[in-house]
Amino acid sequence: MPVRFHYHDAALTAALSGEIDHHSAGRLRECTDEAIAKLRPRLLRLDFQDVSFMDSSAVGYVMGRYRAISAYGATLEVVNLSAAALRMMRLSGLQSLAKLESKPGQEEQNERGQAS
Amino acid sequence: MKEPLNQMKLELESRSVNEGFARAAIAAFAAQLDPNVEELTDLKTAVSEAVTNCIVHAYPEQRGKIYIWAGVYAQGLVRVRVRDKGCGIANIAQARQPLFSTQGEERAGLGFAVMESFMDRIRVRSTVSKGTTITLEKRVKGRVGAEQK
Repeated sequence: MPVRFHYHDAALTAALSGEIDHHSAGRLRECTDEAIAKLRPRLLRLDFQDVSFMDSSAVGYVMGRYRAISAYGATLEVVNLSAAALRMMRLSGLQSLAKLESKPGQEEQNERGQAS
Repeated sequence: MKEPLNQMKLELESRSVNEGFARAAIAAFAAQLDPNVEELTDLKTAVSEAVTNCIVHAYPEQRGKIYIWAGVYAQGLVRVRVRDKGCGIANIAQARQPLFSTQGEERAGLGFAVMESFMDRIRVRSTVSKGTTITLEKRVKGRVGAEQK
């Protein structure tokens, strides 16, 4: 499975791994939506630590999960992004919807998205 | 344009499982330029976007062929052409707009924006019901170039 879930204190963490592209995003979406529907977390944290490659399909996946949880008022965090991943997320304007955090040691400093 | 120093061709079926193969193949071919990790990621990402566009948009209903050509030139220039014989793009300017997608909510609509952001140059040629050709260019400084800089 390309994702492992941890649930604690109303926060659901999805630890993603491997390559996220259009081919793999469908299965990832199904697994994540199933976990969201079952647990209804107040906070969803998508952890990209073990993602070795992603293209804009991963941004579509993040945006889709944002829609799913913001519909009932929960919040989204996207953590451990590579520099390239952060660049892609920013192209979509996700920084105004969710907290985007880069991997420690990346040249991009962590930043908190500001609601516009 | 001058002749490339080296070139390769690939022909793929428009199956999503081939997205990973296509970007890995281009990365392996570009390895002769000794690119650094960031440059390799940029190239793989742009190729992944172009090939995904063929699968999702050019051939939405039927299976088709994707033709990839890559060449390397002097001074670390790499050029990749991704061509399909699919439905074509009626309005290229609109398709290139960030966040524009014809494919609903799970697609971010960032394919062209990512290619433009990660490559030095991108050219799109398309004829409705004939197909689309995307040409990507990047000058790779490489590990050696980055040290000298």
